[in-house]
Amino acid sequence: MDSVAARFEILRRRHLAPDGTACGPWPAFAQDPAALAAMYRAMVRTRAFDQKAVALQRTGRLGTFASSLGQEAVGVGIGAAMRAEDVLVPSFREQGTQLLRGVTMRELLLYWGGDERGSDFAGPRQDFPVCVPVGSQAPHAAGIALAMRLRGEARAVVCVMGDGATSKGDVAEAIDFAGVWSLPLVFVVDNNQWAISVPRRAQTAAETLAQKAVAGGIAALQVDGNDVIAVRDAMEEALARARSGGGATLIEAVTYRLADHTTADDARRYRDDAEVSVHWHEEPVARLRTWLTAAGAWSKAEEDALLAACREEVQQAETDYLATPPQAVASVFDFTYAALPAELARQKAEAVP
Amino acid sequence: MTERTLVQAVNAALARAMAEDPAVLVLGEDVGTDGGVFRATEGLLARFGPQRVIDTPLAEAGIAGLAIGLAAQGFRPVAEIQFSGFMYATIDQMLNHASRLRTRSRGRITCPMVLRAPSGGGVRAPEHHSESPEAMFAHVPGLRVVVPSSPARAYGLMLAAIADPDPVVVLEPTRLYRALREEVPDDAPPLPLDRAFVLREGSDATVVAWGGMVPEALSAAEALADEGIGCEVIDLATLKPLDEATVLASVARTGRLVIVQEAPLTAGLGAEVAARVAERGLMSLRAPVRRVAGWDTVMPLPRLEQAYLPDAGRIAAAVRETMAFA
Ligand SMILES: Cc1ncc(C[n+]2csc(CCOP(=O)(O)OP(=O)(O)O)c2C)c(N)n1
Ligand SMILES: [Mg+2]
Repeated sequence: MDSVAARFEILRRRHLAPDGTACGPWPAFAQDPAALAAMYRAMVRTRAFDQKAVALQRTGRLGTFASSLGQEAVGVGIGAAMRAEDVLVPSFREQGTQLLRGVTMRELLLYWGGDERGSDFAGPRQDFPVCVPVGSQAPHAAGIALAMRLRGEARAVVCVMGDGATSKGDVAEAIDFAGVWSLPLVFVVDNNQWAISVPRRAQTAAETLAQKAVAGGIAALQVDGNDVIAVRDAMEEALARARSGGGATLIEAVTYRLADHTTADDARRYRDDAEVSVHWHEEPVARLRTWLTAAGAWSKAEEDALLAACREEVQQAETDYLATPPQAVASVFDFTYAALPAELARQKAEAVP
Repeated sequence: MTERTLVQAVNAALARAMAEDPAVLVLGEDVGTDGGVFRATEGLLARFGPQRVIDTPLAEAGIAGLAIGLAAQGFRPVAEIQFSGFMYATIDQMLNHASRLRTRSRGRITCPMVLRAPSGGGVRAPEHHSESPEAMFAHVPGLRVVVPSSPARAYGLMLAAIADPDPVVVLEPTRLYRALREEVPDDAPPLPLDRAFVLREGSDATVVAWGGMVPEALSAAEALADEGIGCEVIDLATLKPLDEATVLASVARTGRLVIVQEAPLTAGLGAEVAARVAERGLMSLRAPVRRVAGWDTVMPLPRLEQAYLPDAGRIAAAVRETMAFA
């Protein structure tokens, strides 16, 4: 005889519909239009940065770059919910969150321009650098969270990854660690529907990515990833649980990659422009602007001023980035170990006489 | 005339192997619709269908393990790892399983698979995309390691790797994918998996290189010829097993040896070449062996990668030093 051994369901959260109308009830922070306007500004700023970075790559002044166009609500919702003392363990498309945490545009451009100093953040000193090997950052996040737990701190870790990353063993292992030790950790799956040319449905037969949490015994939630209010709300709830000893959460933010995978990719090889056009109707920036405007909390003058300020900021970042003196060749050696071993010192002396 | 770039030669070899042997499969991330991020598998999906050209989920250890299972069942899987830095995740499967299934089962189960990936730097790629992991695989008993450095050699070596009854790791130098075209006929034969290629003859010094360093070695030889120094340039090509006879025969003639590798110096394949010559060719040496290699540092990001990469200038300087040795 079979009986039910376990049941689970995955909830999906949305506060703002694609047409910019509210789906109530809203969380406390969203009662203040100024707080929403601040998130709007952050999304526009992220988009301006992405646009600048792509332009720099196209003109040969930046390396390969992964834009977050269309996914700004995920990055900003995460960043708005985190506290300074939390730790971000990002993948490589998290500039929206990084900018909110105080990583500078110049630092981001340096990194993507092929200069290691871009990972030496002046702001969030404990945040991990960009992680290019997909999913491999997830166990680090578990380790950082375990360190916080061992010290009894009320801090939390946020580990961000893409939909493709959920196929990696590292991610399954990290979820398992987070579950068995109730770690103060929030995994965010930034599900933009594509892993380069591989669509979400070819990545896993699971109905949702959120349910990957279920097997590891941690909390799961799916949010509308183009709804910055829902993303922030879900993050605040998960972070509060993490900080208070309630354990880890996996949040699947459902969004869409409006850009090519990176500047090295041409998405028209594998997806229709028609599909992309449909998703332009759901993108997060216009969605929140529609609500703010209807609520009388955003004006044309404010919009113009914001765009001008963003233009100026990214232009300044470009200038600062391009004016940064190159690293000395010696720097290739100097960070290999705490102290340069004799044999490496010999190589350095030969390389940099 | 069928002129091909190195990546087109890889593509042509895959297509030919698939056409000739229905057991050959291609799998990996983005190998299907996208044709591979470097286009090495372009057109294969349309020609051979999704049963034989398989886009996998994003999981390198899984891809290697999957290929082992397919190979054990009589298929000949050719698994692509998208970039060199993500090959490290396959080492558990390649070392603990692919390389020793034959041994563990006393020949009952074998593993005729190919694991292929772009490798090396020089194309201003992002972090972890410019690695040279050949020595790590060459250290594993039971694996073959092949590094082609021209379109024709890529074609012939790929055909041989696919036909080989054991697991073969093929590392394709990214910087040479589109560096030049050469004639690669459709009916070119497979090349042996245990022979080095003498690319240029010379009687003063032997220069051994592989992969992305081969064109640098050749241009160093060209420059040195103007100074009256004749270099014999050997493309090692098959790193494991290693064609020591060709190297020893050359050193016996020249008496001087410079080994060039892009990978970090310490415990690299160059050390193995030097050791073989020390063991079996010491008496023909008229100068100490020189290695020109990457530094024992992390591969720098693009801004400093040219400083890291050995080039013709460094190779020529090393040859001059060995020539100056009294
Ligand atoms: C381990 C690993 N394998 C392959 C790659 C090459 N690669 C870079 S991004 C990517 C797809 C990632 O998809 P996803 O996790 O959905 O993140 P997204 O790019 O969509 O943000 C691949 C295959 C990589 N960086 N790391
Ligand atoms: Mg994705």
